Amino acid sequence: MRHVTRKERREIRFFRCGGATSRPNADAPTSSPDSIMEPNPKPNHGISAYYQTRAEHHAIISGDWLSQAQAAAAAGHPPEEPPASAAASKPFSVIDEFNHWRRKPDLAEAVAAIMALVAGIRSSDATTMMELEIELKKASDALKSWDTTSISLSAGCDLFMRYVTRTSALEYDDFHAAKLRLIERGEKFGEISLKARRTIAMLGQDFIFDGCTILVHGFSRVVLEVLKLAASNRKLFRVFCTEGRPDKTGLRLSKELATLGIPVKLLIDSAVAYAMDEVDMVLVGADGVVESGGVINMMGTYQTALVAHSMNKPVYVAAESYKFARLYPLDQKDLEPALRLIEFGVPIPAGVEIEKSARDYTPPQYLTLLFTDLGVLTPSVVSDELIQLYL
Amino acid sequence: MDNRRPPRTVSDPKVRQVGFVTPGAAPPARYLSEAPTAAAASSPPSGDTAPPAISTSPVMIPPPRHSPSAPLAVPNPSRRDSLQIQVGGYNPPEVLLESPPLTSPSSRMDDAVSQFSEDPSISPCNGRSEAAKVASSFPGSSGEMMVMKAGIVGGGSNTPKSSWTTASVAKTRPGISEKERGAVVGMQNDGAGVSKTLKEKTTKAERRALQEAQRSAKAAAKESGAGVKLSAAPGGAVPANTKQGKVVKPPAQKKDGPQVANPSVSSEKKVVDRPPEKDRKKDVPPPRMQFDDIHRVEKAKRRAVVYQFEAKNRVELFRHLPQYIHGTQLPDLETKFFQLDPMHPSVYKVGLQYLSGNISGGNARCIAMLLAFREAIRDYSTPPEKALVRDLTAKISSYVSFLIECRPLSISMGNAIRFLKNRIAKLPDTMPESEVKSSLQSDIDRFINEKIVIADKVIIRHAVTKIRDGDVLLTYGLSCVVEMLLVYAHEVGKQFRVVIVDSRPKLEGQVLLHRLVAKGINCTYTHVNAISYIMHEVTLVFLGAASVLSNGTVYSRVGTACVAMVANAFRVPVLICCEAYKFHERVQLDSICSNELGDPDVISKVPGRKDLNHLDNRADIENLQLLNLTYDATPSDFVSMIITDYGMLPPSSVPVIVREYRRENLWI
Repeated sequence: MRHVTRKERREIRFFRCGGATSRPNADAPTSSPDSIMEPNPKPNHGISAYYQTRAEHHAIISGDWLSQAQAAAAAGHPPEEPPASAAASKPFSVIDEFNHWRRKPDLAEAVAAIMALVAGIRSSDATTMMELEIELKKASDALKSWDTTSISLSAGCDLFMRYVTRTSALEYDDFHAAKLRLIERGEKFGEISLKARRTIAMLGQDFIFDGCTILVHGFSRVVLEVLKLAASNRKLFRVFCTEGRPDKTGLRLSKELATLGIPVKLLIDSAVAYAMDEVDMVLVGADGVVESGGVINMMGTYQTALVAHSMNKPVYVAAESYKFARLYPLDQKDLEPALRLIEFGVPIPAGVEIEKSARDYTPPQYLTLLFTDLGVLTPSVVSDELIQLYL
Repeated sequence: MDNRRPPRTVSDPKVRQVGFVTPGAAPPARYLSEAPTAAAASSPPSGDTAPPAISTSPVMIPPPRHSPSAPLAVPNPSRRDSLQIQVGGYNPPEVLLESPPLTSPSSRMDDAVSQFSEDPSISPCNGRSEAAKVASSFPGSSGEMMVMKAGIVGGGSNTPKSSWTTASVAKTRPGISEKERGAVVGMQNDGAGVSKTLKEKTTKAERRALQEAQRSAKAAAKESGAGVKLSAAPGGAVPANTKQGKVVKPPAQKKDGPQVANPSVSSEKKVVDRPPEKDRKKDVPPPRMQFDDIHRVEKAKRRAVVYQFEAKNRVELFRHLPQYIHGTQLPDLETKFFQLDPMHPSVYKVGLQYLSGNISGGNARCIAMLLAFREAIRDYSTPPEKALVRDLTAKISSYVSFLIECRPLSISMGNAIRFLKNRIAKLPDTMPESEVKSSLQSDIDRFINEKIVIADKVIIRHAVTKIRDGDVLLTYGLSCVVEMLLVYAHEVGKQFRVVIVDSRPKLEGQVLLHRLVAKGINCTYTHVNAISYIMHEVTLVFLGAASVLSNGTVYSRVGTACVAMVANAFRVPVLICCEAYKFHERVQLDSICSNELGDPDVISKVPGRKDLNHLDNRADIENLQLLNLTYDATPSDFVSMIITDYGMLPPSSVPVIVREYRRENLWI
């Protein structure tokens, strides 16, 4: 009993901070692409839905990319338009709901998943707690297998499950009261997850000092928030943005920053080492933070961190705690591959292979600190938080 | 406590002298660097405040480490250094707990309790041993206690109990040479000084205990006169009295003065001190025997069941470890099989199996031990007029000490014993014996099942997710978890190849090789010499561990560190498979301070090579020392991941697991 309360306390703490994580690795998504029985088929076998969403959110203007994505979407059934039959056969689809939330530009995937699951509870016609729990489990599994490449999606689902199903809410006598409580908690959870970015910005902007030069790789809403807050606090700093091939995320970030009046310089991705001399710190976002304390992020983060490490520059990662996942990649290949299509602007000679992976894994030894809504953490604390939440 | 110091140094010249000594007696790290200066500085002031004999500062004299006949009074800074390092660095203060490690902490405590209830001054021996116990259990905190113990001991017996704590060194001296009895006064002062510095290191609880002790001491100070006489009488009355007369003055100003003055007070104080000590004891890892401590070794020998030989040609850095003697005593023990009645036959059998090496490997040894205990508990019946909880604990302790004599405990066994004792201690008094026995037996079963068998299964499930088709897995020696993992991975149809690295003299890898090949797994067998050659084709390294310490250090079969280091150099991930019950909160930086020595003969001889006989008469070669280590420590830098029953963790998370799961539910 004591044990339970301890866990709860922890969860509450985690919750308050809006944390999240994912399940243990043992049962890592092994679902095969053949699960066609699903009402919503997977986005596409080739492309990672996660990166597709990101591209949409960030409004990347890249004709090729868009047309390719559309072609790809047409090849597999587009997730945005679930087949009518599926919709008819099932009154509520958590994936529809998820897709609905996912479109909102400012909503992270994990939060969208949480919202979808809350909606799932709300529309559930289960009459017992057990039933509801099973339904919820099914919904979250469906979400997770819908896009196995998104770490924050599965982390968000797991955390929600953890949080919702392991609370005193289940001890209510009245089922409806319990259900309402679950919904309430779920909504609160989503709300807090929304606020995570703000918390991180508050914590992170302290590290930015006047006159510093920050190298940013990729487009991250958290990083943008940090920089925004620092700028609004009248800090004087300069930002180097990498171009962020292939979807040119750096362009988008530089545009945002320029409108804020922050001096920005755009680099091509291969100029990171060249520019590192002038840089005072590297600031990146993360798609997922793994158990070792390393991060999974857009392709190129690893090399940026390596260069920074070799030149003794600090590497900071801004990531919401719902991106903490119980994954432990040993190396780059030890990840669920997330592929994306890459345009080279010229026709590719026949017989030439293209590396399509969208992300890489940066081991913890190359990171200095993580800015999270749980506080500013060293990489080794990530595992601590995960253990406290999951074991 | 610190704020008391300046006035004292000013008021009492003897104490001022102490001030010079203290830097030396303070933490060993500092001590090392300051040693020469401290030694130099200490003598002149002591010369003018105390008799010249004291200038050799008994506190600083090392105990007779190498030979007991060595002249004690010779101050030898270099030797002292080495000693001090060991005191501070190798053993946490608690490790100095006096009585031999063979007895369990709890039984030791009981001894202490029973002794405390008696008047310390009834017999000098009694007082002394009691004093020694407390002194050593508060090595860092209460120097004054040591001092007064030194006082008690003034006329004490000739067998010094400990030569480890500085105070006890002081203690031993007077016993050994009557002439130096006069030195007691100086000793006391030195001791007081030591206490001053040591005090700074004490924890809050200790300080509180100390204060309580001082309060009670003050209260008792009135009766002190009689008490002092009593305690001083058995020894040399005159020195004791002078010492008393001299030091009684400070008590007025100083709180800790009285204790310094009145040895008799010690009894009360000890009683007061006990509760915190008892609390602390739980947090403290059991003390380890230092086998270069002659007196303790002798004492342990006297009560040993196993006939102990003296090992020749000890290797310098490893003198403190139990020297390997096992092979020689097996026949001796076997003949005793029917004579030993306190030992349960199943425990005896397991002991013999340890001794002969039939059972090896952390899990196997732990399970064998637990099953033997289980049988012993089944056959146990409480003797009349004894409490089950205490008697059974004592019994288990005696079994454990027997097993230690057969082979030093592994950390996994230590944890299992801790678990069992904890279960026994938590038994409700009202429970009938039969129920107690059955509940303990089921506890043991549950421990084996949950902490070892199921844990292994979970580890395998986790680990197999890291094996990809086409991998080349390297393993070293024989680890049962790794073996199960490889077999399981093969069963689930992963395509991989195994490189088994082995080393002399145990060649355990051949066992693994044999079993894997029989399962149809593609294997390569090589010796550790070829590790750097073979490593470039390896994609993953799986290693077992005897223990994982809380700084992430992996304590495992010797050679593991080498494999991990080479793998790290080749950027090959190193995965350690280790059940969480083997985690230990200790921190260890090297393989020296805690290790196990194997039979030196096996490394000097190569089976099947009669021509390699250069070392055949090695016992006669005095400058030859053979070192056959059993374990080594792999720094956490070389470890990519630790796979436990709690999942896959970075080495930095070991303390989290220890913190979260050790304390709260002690394993179940």
